[in-house]
Amino acid sequence: MTADVSWIRPEPWGIHVVPADCWIDPSREVPHALVTHGHADHARGGHGRTTATPETLAIMELRYQTREGAQPVQYGETVRLAGRVDATFIPAGHVLGSAQILLEHAGERVIVTGDYKRRPDPTCPPFEVTPCDVFVTEATFGLPVFCHPPIEQEMAKLLKRLSDHPDRCVLVGAYALGKAQRVIAELRRAGHHEPIYLHGALERMCRLYEELGVNLGELRLVTDASKEELRGHIVLCPPGALNDRWSRRLPDPITAMASGWMRVRQRARQRNVELPLVISDHADWGELTRTIEEVNPAESWITHGREEALLRWCQLHQRRARALALIGYEDEDD
Amino acid sequence: MEAFSALLDALIYTRSRNEKLQLIADYLRAMPDPDRGWALAALTECLDFPAVKSSTIRNLLHERVDPVLWHLSRDFVGDTAETASLLWPAPDQPPSPPPSVSEAVELLSAMTRISVMSELPRLLDRLDAEGRFALLKLATGAMRIGVSARLAKTAFAQAFGVNVEEVEEYWHALAPPYQPLFAWASEGADPPDTGAMPLFRPFMLAHPLEDLELDLADYVAEWKWDGIRVQLVCAGGATRLYSRSGDDITGTFPEVAEALSIPAVLDGELLVRGSHQGGEEGGAASFNALQQRLGRKTVSAKMLAEYPAFVRLYDVLILEGEDQRERPWAERRSVLETLMPRLPRERFDLSAVVEATHFAELAQIRASARDEAIEGLMLKRRDSPYVAGRRVGLWYKWKRDPLLVDCVLMYAQRGNGRRSSFYSDYTFGCWDGDPDEGADLLPVGKAYSGFTDEELKRLDRYVRNHTVNRFGPVRETDRSLVFEVAFDSVHPSKRHKSGLAMRFPRIHRIRWDKPAHEADRIEALQALVKD
Repeated sequence: MTADVSWIRPEPWGIHVVPADCWIDPSREVPHALVTHGHADHARGGHGRTTATPETLAIMELRYQTREGAQPVQYGETVRLAGRVDATFIPAGHVLGSAQILLEHAGERVIVTGDYKRRPDPTCPPFEVTPCDVFVTEATFGLPVFCHPPIEQEMAKLLKRLSDHPDRCVLVGAYALGKAQRVIAELRRAGHHEPIYLHGALERMCRLYEELGVNLGELRLVTDASKEELRGHIVLCPPGALNDRWSRRLPDPITAMASGWMRVRQRARQRNVELPLVISDHADWGELTRTIEEVNPAESWITHGREEALLRWCQLHQRRARALALIGYEDEDD
Repeated sequence: MEAFSALLDALIYTRSRNEKLQLIADYLRAMPDPDRGWALAALTECLDFPAVKSSTIRNLLHERVDPVLWHLSRDFVGDTAETASLLWPAPDQPPSPPPSVSEAVELLSAMTRISVMSELPRLLDRLDAEGRFALLKLATGAMRIGVSARLAKTAFAQAFGVNVEEVEEYWHALAPPYQPLFAWASEGADPPDTGAMPLFRPFMLAHPLEDLELDLADYVAEWKWDGIRVQLVCAGGATRLYSRSGDDITGTFPEVAEALSIPAVLDGELLVRGSHQGGEEGGAASFNALQQRLGRKTVSAKMLAEYPAFVRLYDVLILEGEDQRERPWAERRSVLETLMPRLPRERFDLSAVVEATHFAELAQIRASARDEAIEGLMLKRRDSPYVAGRRVGLWYKWKRDPLLVDCVLMYAQRGNGRRSSFYSDYTFGCWDGDPDEGADLLPVGKAYSGFTDEELKRLDRYVRNHTVNRFGPVRETDRSLVFEVAFDSVHPSKRHKSGLAMRFPRIHRIRWDKPAHEADRIEALQALVKD
């Protein structure tokens, strides 16, 4: 079976679904966008109409202060688009509301994954393997050196460091949408029920997660706390605030960062991280290759990330694949 | 190996020097012999396994991982040992438990260039990713974990409450895993015998003289020559030349080592012949000329002829079996003077005593010293013994006043450790013409010291409010702040666009009041070049 699906066109600013004249995760304003998840590099504002899961739309509303043109679609629900294209949103396991989008037209099936992972995450439903002809996969961690350890191991590392230094605090840099809430939920799962302190930039997203049914336990703001109160506690901030002036108010913080990039020592050192936590919301190399095997598409299209290595793996395993050059996707802060 | 790999990782992620010392000391106290000795050898980069090279690791991986995937991974990670540790296809069940550090060292030492291809994989199969990283770092010898040999020895001294200078003294007499050293430090055994070997002895160092007047009846003055401090050791039929850090630089200056055949330990300044820095047997060139010879493993006949080296002697520590270090300076000085006629004049001269009757006269002599391209004066207590390290009140360095130039702040970068959130590293420049007629700034140097914590806070705020561009961690500022920069000397340099390089630049004053266009031009700096 070949896969020359001419009705889907990758363009530098997004994937164009030609018969429906709509775009998936476009990086510029379009009349109709299908959005896989709420990260800013995928979910931009200003589209005429936005089709996405209710959770993703809520996240976008929080960001852009408008629901104009929002068209919610539940997981598993199929919507008919123009030009006889059917779209189904399937859990991707990346962050709350994240979806793979299955597009069906003229008997051909295309899946665009957006970002995804295969490991369990208490804040969102797991990735579902769905057969298709063309599988458009991300490749953020598309190098064989990336093997994310079990998250329990990383949580144990974090909690051990915290209990070893009762006079200090551990400051964890975590991306505001998804990573921060997952780290909190995993801490709770590991039995840590102390209040967790937040940088102001994380507050609204955590509240939204709670409104959408993800229980995060007791959260407090750093601005409301004294230096004394913070000793022996975990503080979360966006990665950009880790080495910033903001952290001077903390009691001798141990700098940690939750990211898949922490796997590489020099990356962690460059960011002045003392406690690297290898926690990622993206598939690692093993997950990427296993997913391609399980989905078993006629062709894989590889986007944003280290396309080259995954492309090479496909060649070595006699799988048809091509790399797409999409622009505007940022991966450094994962 | 687990404890050792945990130590390496902890050291990699620790910024504070004190914490690093603590981590190493804890490890050395907790681990048994000979594991801790081998680990200490690894940290001081004193291990060598000729069969294991970086290329060996690459070849092993090429047999197991697709070369394209290896190359892409190595390129991203930037470290061969780390890439290999992450890519190694580990067996589901390790064939046997992880090796101890000493078992690993034993196995690595026994490997040949041929057997390594089958034996190293067996060793790697027994370890997890962190263990593989530690093993490969240990095997290839290049640790690059931000720990110097000196720091590791200081940690050893701290672990067992001994003096680090004594550790230095015995260090060169021993080979890994240093069991006599551990026996001495941790169990009070006799120290190792150091008599018959050409060993490095720790240097005596000086404190800066700050606003203090010394009585010249108690102190003697010498020039502080602008070369590198060296120690020459002749013992057991061999002669070695050591730098201030205790590195063996005999190979870089063979003509100097060959010139000493009397059993002795001598302290002096290594210089290159030239027209400045006058001495009894002729002058010496500036530091810039000496730099041509530094850092070379071998030296060509042309180098030897163009930049002949010699030592200007300051002191004698040991002479023909007699340890002089307990004797007062004045006695050691006369021993040295008596020795001089027995040394080849071509390679040795004596650092002259600067005669002055009172301190004010000395100050005057020092003020006029600039022309002779020397660093300033040394003041040594006449009755002081030769003691390792910096002891208050015995030796002082009285550097000449620094040169000053007004520069404009151009770029700032965040500092490390304590200063990690502050923009504390500054690149500054001078005008390449008339700033009122469109001249540009050329960077002339970089400094990260000379200001107080309060000033740093203000500078940090200034940088954040005056940023015009960002390049990764670097911020470009709007070129409106003037620094009065102090430095010891300035030399031509091909490495900088301005063609100049300063020695020891530091911020002398922050000129919040001075408009940037009134800062100095490049010509002002060029006029201060002395060679």
